Amino acid sequence: MEALAVVAVLVVLCAVVALIAQPLRHGPEAVERSASARVRDLEAAREAKYQEIRDAELDARLGKLSAEDHRALDRQLRREAIEILRELDELQ
Amino acid sequence: MATFGRACLIIGLAVAVYGIAASIHGARAGRQDWVASGRRAVYALAALSATAFVVLEIAFLRSDFTFEVVASHSSTTTPLFYKMAAPWSSQEGSLLLWVLLLSVWSSLVLFLTRRRLRDVAPWATAVLLGFGAFFCALLVFLESPFDQLPVAPAEGTGLNPLLRHPSMMIHPPMLYSGYTLFAVPFAFAVGALATRRLDAEWIRSTRRFALGAWLFLGIGILLGARWSYSELGWGGYWAWDPVENASLMPWLTGTAFIHSIMIQERRGMLKTWNASLILATGILAILGTFLVRSGVLDSIHAFGASTLGVPFVLLIAFMLLGSIALVVSRRAQLRSEHRLDSLLSREAVFLGNNLVLVGLCAVVFFGTFFPLISEALTGDRASVGPPWFNRYMVPLALVLVLLSGIGPLIAWRRASAAGARRNLLGPALAGVAAAVAGAVLGAGSSPPTVLMFGLGAFVLGGVAQELWRGMRARRAMSGDGPLRALVMLVRRNRRRYGGYIVHAGMALMFIGIAASSALQDASDANLRPGQSMRVGDDLDVRYVRPTSGIVTTRDGRLEKIRFGAVLEVRRDGRRIATLEPSREFFPSSAIVAFGPVGRFFEGEATSEVGLKAGLMRDVWTAMTPDIDALRPVIDEGDEVYGKFADGDVTPQARSEALAAILVGITERYRNQPPPTTFRVIDSPMVTWLWIGALVVIGGGLIALWPAGDPAGRRVRARYAAQVARDLGTAEEREPVRSAS
Repeated sequence: MEALAVVAVLVVLCAVVALIAQPLRHGPEAVERSASARVRDLEAAREAKYQEIRDAELDARLGKLSAEDHRALDRQLRREAIEILRELDELQ
Repeated sequence: MATFGRACLIIGLAVAVYGIAASIHGARAGRQDWVASGRRAVYALAALSATAFVVLEIAFLRSDFTFEVVASHSSTTTPLFYKMAAPWSSQEGSLLLWVLLLSVWSSLVLFLTRRRLRDVAPWATAVLLGFGAFFCALLVFLESPFDQLPVAPAEGTGLNPLLRHPSMMIHPPMLYSGYTLFAVPFAFAVGALATRRLDAEWIRSTRRFALGAWLFLGIGILLGARWSYSELGWGGYWAWDPVENASLMPWLTGTAFIHSIMIQERRGMLKTWNASLILATGILAILGTFLVRSGVLDSIHAFGASTLGVPFVLLIAFMLLGSIALVVSRRAQLRSEHRLDSLLSREAVFLGNNLVLVGLCAVVFFGTFFPLISEALTGDRASVGPPWFNRYMVPLALVLVLLSGIGPLIAWRRASAAGARRNLLGPALAGVAAAVAGAVLGAGSSPPTVLMFGLGAFVLGGVAQELWRGMRARRAMSGDGPLRALVMLVRRNRRRYGGYIVHAGMALMFIGIAASSALQDASDANLRPGQSMRVGDDLDVRYVRPTSGIVTTRDGRLEKIRFGAVLEVRRDGRRIATLEPSREFFPSSAIVAFGPVGRFFEGEATSEVGLKAGLMRDVWTAMTPDIDALRPVIDEGDEVYGKFADGDVTPQARSEALAAILVGITERYRNQPPPTTFRVIDSPMVTWLWIGALVVIGGGLIALWPAGDPAGRRVRARYAAQVARDLGTAEEREPVRSAS
């Protein structure tokens, strides 16, 4: 019984080592850095801005924002979205 | 088996330590291969802890009493369902469950973010593995579930009878899922602070885990409350017990967090607040585990010993100091990108609700740790009870419900006074009507209850109004029928409407809590059969007759003795229920000390309550028979059995003799019942607490459920086209240029 346990432990140990060592077998690989990270930040900001625009539209439809307030807010949000898109364009 | 299980934990500890080093090295050297290796260490830890857990489960299912933990927490007579759940009734098994859940959730989040957050994820991996290493070290060095006895006993001690309740078996995995899921946003917050990547991406990537943690922890708390109500025999669902409070504190700060992150996602504001909130929530989650497991504070729920106190205190101190250092050193990057546009905005209401939630947590924290504080200051360990908590919690809860009603009704950024008035009027009228109705119908003696009725109705009215208006707007756009329009509205805006439904459920819960706490009638009486007691103005309870019996397992072994009562309940003279509470006595294992018969009355005893639940009122009863009145009969039984067993008799004959004596005692109880103390509680609207809880869970699931991709893509495409159109127009470009 103990011998069986030892064999099982060795099998598990080999499997674990194989699993965690696998990425190291391909040699050094650099982490993706700053520029693409900035693109991801901007893409996330763009999605958040679109969500804000959607929410403002829903708020207007539900009567929480007057038509005039909504127009002003929507215009401002779209300006902010455009800024984000412009910066994205410059990076891509 | 034990050797294999222990080896899995030792390898798991080594893997966790390796993974921490690999992740940090990968992050610092910019080496993706080491980062990936560290991430795989988390997967390996999940596999190893799952294997160890399976080994432990098998030992419980096989009643392998060579395992110390099995011998002390199970027995051959323990039903299969409880055997399966028994591992986490023990200190060792629950710590293993912690590691298992932590590593599974960690694996899931790291798999989902494997191509994102490449700066932050390695540090988060190191933090998650740090927790894994800590708990693995406890399991390897201090509380091993794989310790073995030199000689296996013939029978185990059995599962604590108080824990033999279905909800209690699901309760710990739910709580631990909540605690371990909160470790995920905690770890990513640390990663974001360490790398100074403090935009909202780490929040977006872990938001569902925070919401899942909040939901699981909430379900765990509710299951605990339900267990307390139906099993503990004191008649309540919340006692401000330290262990209850320990789970409530991270839930409160977690609730604040899942609200305030919306502001950071949208506006880049409250970065310091959000980072501090989730760091505090992570620390409170560990504190919760510590309180349950250390025994540092007296609790009816604490099933742990005190051997783990020092390591937990060191971990909490490290987390606390590290969190403070990180936040202070990153204060420049944590500066808000925008300022609050208006105090009349949803952001401002969220900020208010955050302050109230943190205030509630501070009150609970102070009340929970008051025994330690008072001991440190005066040398005497004093504690505070429900009246102290209620003094502070009730007003704060009223403000919280008010804000949770206002929030959904006003717009983001800046609401106009006229728009706010228009949206608040209907719900406010509903609130006033409910408060007046509550006062007229009998809640007038308790102003906070009347106020809670009004505020609860205000929240419900607001949510109903939002759903109604949203459905109408949807119908106007799509021409769908009302039901389809409502379903599509919620599907398209799961986070928003899921949240509103949660608010409605919380309002129902608060109404139930307020009514049942302030307006209940409770009475204790010592009765004999035929006697009655009055509860409040209109409830009469008559002790009709006693009941008794011996409960055996499927293989015929004596499991427990049950003494019960049949009670007839009348309201205003009209019979409304027949209740059958009972008290169940489980045998002590100390046969020599108490005798073979007496030990049945010296072990654990549990209450099986008699409950007539209704939408408007619950009648709850529990009983405690005067066992001392039976003492002469019990002693006589031991004497008779002793004389019989001294003779040359077979074990079978001894068992039959013992059974006959116990049957005699139960018959004696029925024929000459001793006086019995009954506790009867007549509580209004408790059921609304449980209904509200189900609504909260439903709303939470809606908010948690991932949005359907096709719909999301269509919406995104539509807005992208709009923004693109705006980009193409000169009049839009000019202001942008001048603004920049």
